[in-house]
Amino acid sequence: MPLNNYLAERKQALQTSKRPAMIMTHVVCGYPSFEANWKALEIMDSFGVDLVELQFPFSEPSADGPLFVKANQEAISNGVHVNDCFEFMAKVTAKFSFKVIMMGYYNTVFKTGLENFMQRLKAAGAYGFILPDLPVDEAGELHQLARELDLAPIVLMTPTNTDARLEQLASCANGFIYTVARKGVTGSGTNMNTQVSDFIQRCQKFTDLPLAVGFGVSTAEDVTFIGKHADIAVIGTAALKAWEANNEKGLRDFFTQLLS
Amino acid sequence: MDLFDFKDGREGYYGKYGGTFLPEILHSTIEELKAEFRKAKADPAFWQEFMALMQSYSGRPTPVTHLANLSNQLGGAQIYVKREDLNHTGSHKINNVMGQGLLAKRMGKTRVIAETGAGQHGYATATMAARFGFESKIYMGAVDVARQRPNVFWMENMGSEVVAVTDGQQTLKDAINECLRDWVTNMDNTHYVLGTACGPHPFPEMVSWFQSIIGREAREQILTSAGKLPDRIFACVGGGSNAIGLFQGFMDDKEVQLVGCEAGGFGPGKGNHASRLAYKDASIGVAQGMKTYFLQNDDGNMLETHSVAAGLDYIGVNPVLVHLWEEDRVRFEAVTDAQVTEALKVTMRSEGLIPALESSHGFAQAIIEAKEMSKDEVVLINMSGRGDKDIFTIADALDDNHWKEFIKQKADAYSSEA
Repeated sequence: MPLNNYLAERKQALQTSKRPAMIMTHVVCGYPSFEANWKALEIMDSFGVDLVELQFPFSEPSADGPLFVKANQEAISNGVHVNDCFEFMAKVTAKFSFKVIMMGYYNTVFKTGLENFMQRLKAAGAYGFILPDLPVDEAGELHQLARELDLAPIVLMTPTNTDARLEQLASCANGFIYTVARKGVTGSGTNMNTQVSDFIQRCQKFTDLPLAVGFGVSTAEDVTFIGKHADIAVIGTAALKAWEANNEKGLRDFFTQLLS
Repeated sequence: MDLFDFKDGREGYYGKYGGTFLPEILHSTIEELKAEFRKAKADPAFWQEFMALMQSYSGRPTPVTHLANLSNQLGGAQIYVKREDLNHTGSHKINNVMGQGLLAKRMGKTRVIAETGAGQHGYATATMAARFGFESKIYMGAVDVARQRPNVFWMENMGSEVVAVTDGQQTLKDAINECLRDWVTNMDNTHYVLGTACGPHPFPEMVSWFQSIIGREAREQILTSAGKLPDRIFACVGGGSNAIGLFQGFMDDKEVQLVGCEAGGFGPGKGNHASRLAYKDASIGVAQGMKTYFLQNDDGNMLETHSVAAGLDYIGVNPVLVHLWEEDRVRFEAVTDAQVTEALKVTMRSEGLIPALESSHGFAQAIIEAKEMSKDEVVLINMSGRGDKDIFTIADALDDNHWKEFIKQKADAYSSEA
């Protein structure tokens, strides 16, 4: 699958660089505006991020914390539609060197039509998708369609899963696995400690895919910690906070401290 | 007919509807709940314990009352009412809440959370938490907090923390989202007491099971008091728990028509109402943990809804009822805010009963149809709750000057205290 090959190359490149881990960032389409999204992506690209999640806004973002809830809501009330997100995604993948993963909620896919949505994702240049409210038990048909188009369905592993469940999750996964470092919604802090590294080790027993670690990553130390135990550091809320505080300068300063 | 035998092999599905659509982090929590629920459902002693609790604490069985005056006035079918309003806390919500409370105890949970629209479910949950010694937090849309203040007052005084949710359209669906966010953080010690027969499996089945107590009682009672099965049964449908509770008692009586009454609000047209099936503005989607009909746009984002009744003001509907609707077992109708207010006035004047605005939807549709039926026919309405809690909304709808004067005096008294 293209995502697997890309991540293998990037992992290789990491060995000759000072960066401890690959980086995946997150943008909510149309929040605060597509123009602002573009500027943020230019900055992310200039810092050499490896992956970007483009979130399609949904009216019921029940897995998101307050900041992303607001972002989803405002994007929708600004009139952002699914069509706009696909158009924007096509522009982004044509311009930048990082690869794009669609992130969103299952109803957006379901309502568009599974096959239609997957084809449009492929056409817009995405490498995979993350749907946090679609459990693998309900994802059979979608994952089949994705395989046919070489799109990676990103599966989540969590600390509450049993070993049997982790094994099942691993068997459905491709590209990389998103490991959720802790309970809760997006955006609140996580102590990067042995509990997290033990959990990552447990996941590694079941998969050889690269592991991304999300939920509350905000400092250079977090990235170093993740690099030691896993592969990809996921930067979500912290980057949006930096943008909210001071737009382009805020975001640039944030990545400078994160990746210096 | 067993709606919950899942003989097609897809547990949690009713036709195409239902399922479990939750973040992975809740997978083991839901599995634990399913396992505990299966054990309880298979254990006759659990139902006995539940029945005994409902008798001693909530006043069950609730009676069936013949509305002779209203029936005569309309000149049609004989109207009977199942009196869920006479439960402790004033609605059917307590049936489900006490059942889930017993389950939460079996699972060793120490904290409960709940969403609430009209406040009746939150009120019942606060009561249960006080009685069982659970810590409790109730999430309620800020719009609903404003229109259902009396229930908030009681919840707080029974020791629950009430959180006004300011996301989205600030009503029931947003309170559910907020509960899910709490649950993904605190699932170790917390049980989510979902208030209606919606959401991820096993909630639709579990809530239906606890609410089936309504139908089990009602079938026997109506046979005794009317001497026959009802020809038609009416129940309001928000999420759909009181309706499925009553309907289950008559599922095998094919000659009994089951009628779900939805919130027609201002009438048809997207954004004007909360009718998912009777009006044609909804479509199939996946949200709030389940696949069912939702009031949504082409992007799958939810529409604004409107109803005079906070408890019916909801985007989705019980997946079991959708299946029964597709199978032509349940008919769906919508009644408007204006029809509901009229029905409430008629019922108060003719019978001295005050149905909640939610339940008044069932009365409104029954009144429309009873007129056209013959005198030897029988209709049964589920009075799922009492209207006292709606005093502010009803006073507005009736434009009651004495009430307004009283509120002004009260406000003056409070401001001179300050």
